Amino acid sequence: MTMATATTTDPMLPQPYSVRQVVKETADTFTLTLEPSNGAGGNRFQPGQFSMLWVFGVGELPISISGDPAERNRLAYTVRSVGQATHALVSREVGGAVGVRGPFGTGWPVEKAEGRDVLVVAGGIGLAPLRPVIYEVLHHREKYGRLVVLYGARSPRELLYRKELAAWARQHETQVLSTVDYGGLSWRGQVGVVTTLFKYARLQPERSLAFACGPEIMMRFVARDLETRGLARENIYLSMERNMKCALGFCGHCQYGPHFICKDGPIFRYDQMRPLLEKYEL
Amino acid sequence: METLERIIADHPFFAGLESYYTNLLTGCASNVRFEKGTYIFREGEEANEFYLIRAGKVAVEIFAPQRKPIMLATVAEGEVLGWSWLLPPYQWRFHAHAIETVRAIALDGKCLRTKCEQNHDLGYEILKRFAQIMEQRLEATRFQLLDVYAVGK
Amino acid sequence: MHAPALLTLDQLARLVPALHSRGYQVVGPTVRDGAIVYDVLEGISDLPVGWTDEQEAGRYRLRRRNDDALFGYVVGPQSWKKYVHPAEVRLLTAERSGHTFRILNNDPSPPRRAFLGVRACELAAIAVQDRVLQGDRYRDPIYAARREGIFIVAVNCTQAAPTCFCTSMGTGPRVRGAYDLALTELVGPGKHEFVIEAGSDAGAEVLAELAPSAPSEAVCQEAEAAVERAASQIQRRMDTTGIRDLLYTNFDHPRWDNVAQRCLTCANCTMVCPTCFCTTVEDVSDVTGMHAERWRKWDSCFTQNFSYIHGGNIRSSAKSRYRQWMTHKLASWIDQFGSSGCVGCGRCITWCPVGIDITEEVRAIRESPASSKESSHGNP
Repeated sequence: MTMATATTTDPMLPQPYSVRQVVKETADTFTLTLEPSNGAGGNRFQPGQFSMLWVFGVGELPISISGDPAERNRLAYTVRSVGQATHALVSREVGGAVGVRGPFGTGWPVEKAEGRDVLVVAGGIGLAPLRPVIYEVLHHREKYGRLVVLYGARSPRELLYRKELAAWARQHETQVLSTVDYGGLSWRGQVGVVTTLFKYARLQPERSLAFACGPEIMMRFVARDLETRGLARENIYLSMERNMKCALGFCGHCQYGPHFICKDGPIFRYDQMRPLLEKYEL
Repeated sequence: METLERIIADHPFFAGLESYYTNLLTGCASNVRFEKGTYIFREGEEANEFYLIRAGKVAVEIFAPQRKPIMLATVAEGEVLGWSWLLPPYQWRFHAHAIETVRAIALDGKCLRTKCEQNHDLGYEILKRFAQIMEQRLEATRFQLLDVYAVGK
Repeated sequence: MHAPALLTLDQLARLVPALHSRGYQVVGPTVRDGAIVYDVLEGISDLPVGWTDEQEAGRYRLRRRNDDALFGYVVGPQSWKKYVHPAEVRLLTAERSGHTFRILNNDPSPPRRAFLGVRACELAAIAVQDRVLQGDRYRDPIYAARREGIFIVAVNCTQAAPTCFCTSMGTGPRVRGAYDLALTELVGPGKHEFVIEAGSDAGAEVLAELAPSAPSEAVCQEAEAAVERAASQIQRRMDTTGIRDLLYTNFDHPRWDNVAQRCLTCANCTMVCPTCFCTTVEDVSDVTGMHAERWRKWDSCFTQNFSYIHGGNIRSSAKSRYRQWMTHKLASWIDQFGSSGCVGCGRCITWCPVGIDITEEVRAIRESPASSKESSHGNP
């Protein structure tokens, strides 16, 4: 048997990265910042793309990139610990190794948003794949119209990036509103589901592009309400999630009707998704 | 100086209402202000008015024994607060807590009920608008009940 | 196009050594454990000489023929995907190295293989898998390494099983497409010969080494007739007219509940299907924790956790899993890869323990199409 270090660019082989920083966002959610272990350049990504993150000997998971696309050689991922592999991932210490494949998938069509108002609608950890869009718009503020970020979570304790939300809200032509399903009495934001924020959004629906990410039911409510409020279906984008083993279209797990979430998505236009969203057990 | 009628006509809740009706409504309206931390109404009290919120934020709350007050929803600028005045027994079901200083137009429910009984066209316009609010709240409540952010549901 | 040639049994016997001398490992049908499977062949005597198979929905038996035909059967439980898309393959071996890890390339290159005895439906299946695994956005390096340079000896079917429906899927019984050699077996009293055609230069070169003779017109016509006979034996039909839209619009058809009553979700159909390609990945590590491996294994959309995402499975009912498999195979495959995923080999019918017949399921839906409105009637 020949044993040699792999040199091919096999898309199934993870590249070694090391953890530079771990930030605890909520009780069960952490943001890991990774850099290539070998000092090589990191992979560039489009906002909305994801990577396959591998924990040595444990398993591999598709995780959206939540960092700043302008930051070269650094990839950030916000991970909620809900199972063995995610737990192993968020338990990595600074200096620890994580295998990275990717980035994979389609990104949010930020270029289509140029000259328009940008509406970001996020639920729970769904803000993570949208954060790169917010960075992108804020870095190139002149290219875009208003930026409106509407964010819903279960409770104030479960809101991600709270300091950043406040900082974004102070930016020019930017509106950030958060709401929770269950607010304590010390909570001074909105209480209600994320769709109840739409009436406060100051933007022009007919010149807006909406990017939504969160639980699938939430996105259904969101897309339908946005349509009622005058956004065209083809100007609403959703980020879909399904089981994924390979991210290359080979494993078959992420099929959603005719689509492979991994290579045709994860970002899809609402008019493409609409006939599928209401199909139970599709 | 904005007239009361202008404010009513410009409020999103009455968008598109003919001036004849806004004029009728103005007779039942008054400007009100609630300081941060005060209660606009409390559960069980007689419901004699509703509010067009112009500024500030109101928390709709309910208390339960052995629990902290539960904030069910927030109502803010451009929205309407309260519909218990519309239907018997005309009692508030929840507390309305000004969590920011609130400026609003109060509309006298008894006055309005009388006018609606006399003028069913006005009554229909008002009911249509409240029905929409109720539908939106019901929808939001159903959505909230789904507890979509929970894992393993 | 190369002209047909004629081989005697003895001349054909030189084929395996000719392939060996070119460095090929020759694999093909052979009898094992009461079935015809694919394995390494040392010579044509390893073929299922004088055997045939009896197939029906949920039934497979080997039976002796009254002649010494080499290819007197149709397809068994295995398909060539076992060689090009292995049931289990190691994706990587890695070892810890300080704070990081190293990926080791530890798998020797797969042998160059010659497939002997590839049927028309199977040739079509190989073409389907080519599109899926190396003709789309990404190229699967594992598949590509095994697929590249395969020498294909195809065989025209001269008999059909009751489960065959290649004529409906437009894939057989005559072989078409990319093969190196294609042969038709002619066996009868006092006669055993093979009409053979080269489909590539490599095939022509091997064929020349076998020193064939030129067949008479009559022999060529006899070979034609033998393939025609197989076609005429095929009883099963699948009407594929507008099948994509038929299945898409019948997502709520009551037939899915009906089939779910019978389906055991055993995944046999996906294992025997020559185009099913789904896989999962398993991680293993040794006790020291210093070495880790990742293995890719065939998976099936019939398994409960195939569609798992945190919190639960998307397709938890048997109904939804059967519907996913059949709708993918016959409908969404067309959107994804430009062709049906079904080649009409009939394996899923034969090897279903309860005899579910995909052609019958399509017919049931076609004969009583229910729009989603009708099916939800009375169930608001």
